Amino acid sequence: MKNTTFKRLLVKILAAVTAISCFAAVGCNSKDDKVTGTVATDGSTSMAKVIGALGEAFMQANDGIKFTYNPTGSGSGITAVSEGRCDIGLSSRALKAEETDKGLVGTVLAYDGIAIIVHPDNTIADIDIETLAKVYKGEITNWSELGGADGEIVLIGREPNSGTRDGFESITDTEDACKYRQELTSTGDVIAAVASNPNAIGYASLSALKDTVKALTVDGIAPTEATVKDGSYKVQRPFVLVTKKDVKLSDAAQKFFDYITSEDAVTIINNAGAVAAK
Amino acid sequence: MKGLNDKSSAKRKRTFENFVHGIFLILGLVTVACVLLISIYLIVSGIPAIRQIGLINFLFGKKWEPTAATPAFGILPFILTSIYGTAGAIILGVPIGFLASVYLAKAAKPKLRAFAESAVSLLAGIPSVVYGLVGMLILVPGIRNVFNLADGASLLAAIIVLAIMILPSIIKVSMTALEAVPKEYEDASLALGATAEETWFRVSVPAAKSGIAAAVVLGIGRAIGEAMAVMMVAGNVANMPSLFQSVRFLTTGIASGMSYAPEGLQRQALFSIALVLFLFIMMINAALNFFLKRGKAKS
Repeated sequence: MKNTTFKRLLVKILAAVTAISCFAAVGCNSKDDKVTGTVATDGSTSMAKVIGALGEAFMQANDGIKFTYNPTGSGSGITAVSEGRCDIGLSSRALKAEETDKGLVGTVLAYDGIAIIVHPDNTIADIDIETLAKVYKGEITNWSELGGADGEIVLIGREPNSGTRDGFESITDTEDACKYRQELTSTGDVIAAVASNPNAIGYASLSALKDTVKALTVDGIAPTEATVKDGSYKVQRPFVLVTKKDVKLSDAAQKFFDYITSEDAVTIINNAGAVAAK
Repeated sequence: MKGLNDKSSAKRKRTFENFVHGIFLILGLVTVACVLLISIYLIVSGIPAIRQIGLINFLFGKKWEPTAATPAFGILPFILTSIYGTAGAIILGVPIGFLASVYLAKAAKPKLRAFAESAVSLLAGIPSVVYGLVGMLILVPGIRNVFNLADGASLLAAIIVLAIMILPSIIKVSMTALEAVPKEYEDASLALGATAEETWFRVSVPAAKSGIAAAVVLGIGRAIGEAMAVMMVAGNVANMPSLFQSVRFLTTGIASGMSYAPEGLQRQALFSIALVLFLFIMMINAALNFFLKRGKAKS
């Protein structure tokens, strides 16, 4: 008795499942060339603003495609795409040789200026890259040596492996030589720390810059979108889209990739504080 | 006929009981399984890096430079910082917490006590990131100004934040222990002519000492395992610990490295740090069990 009830129930469930899958199949067929699916991106936290704005605009134009962004950091994003855990990896540094050797391809989406920030009360307004390197290496330790008020320079930076730190140290040629007083885990923390200490100097994404800190000019050139794009502002780095060479993107991911590298995306990227590569 | 019915209903009852027993057993085992899973995972993923680096170099190396051209993976600065930071928090937090609990359990008026108790509960409920934020915006600049330093993010800032964070567990557990002291003990002491204060410190506190010790151990456990609040005020540079220097704890070493560390030795080394931290916590738990058991055996 019990057995037959169970069997009947099973038949009903199977019927329901079949019906649902039929519907689903019909649903797909009826939309023919419309692309559906998910685009998963993973990587650099510095790219959050840019990729978020692009994803939003993309989803508005293509309902049926879901865009996701997992802010994990450049290193994690590159690993994720090479392990196939996401469609497009996001890196805020150029790919290293060992990464391209593993079959990864980088496409520059935009450039990001790294602003050198100090407390608003600091009288210093300009610095050149060599001096900046000396400051971060601990060869210059007092603001008075730079013509400012007397006070020990407090170096604020990011944790190892951060895209911003990697960018800053490779541009200033200070890899593994920086004598940080604080190593913080986000751009926001760096800005907050510099804003609260009159003797602090730090670096942060141009797009994340706030009024609570003052950005120094480098070699007399202020960090702006124009100076980053024409290359005259020296402290800058690329925002890179990372894909696998021998693996074809899904239709949805390809559509997203084409969209964000097109002319249409330029204004969105620029509005988000970065400088489009196009 | 009736007897048969009774028998079958008793049987059914037993089956049902066995069934329920089984469910509870499974639920109990889920917890055990989680602990085992985490322990095994930590050991399996933590050992390879230690092997590659060498146990002595790993535990007693003074340099942590995972991204350097010749990487160094010494976690002695993290271990010492965690120990100093926790010790500092205990030195600051235990006297305050202990005296507060004696006052609240024995001397405070009911109204004040109810108010203070709810404040302590609230303190326990504040998320650690809020402690960190307040520490970053008020404590760090405060330390810079008071001690006339270049920067206030330091071991001292972390110790102060941790001391405040462990107060609720110390106060609550000590209060429970003090309240469990039989009233006859105190009455007898008072009847012999001791003052109220003498009674609290000579009779109640010694009677509750295993519970108070458990409270301290619980505080140590909380302090050594805290990451978020500490990360925001300690500066996170892998220096050897000193009171006014920027330091990195075992927990913050893992937390700040994990989000960015690429696959390979660097990531594995983070698991090894986690394994070391895990061993510390195991030791603290063993100490806690020891104190609690001793208390039970006595009573």
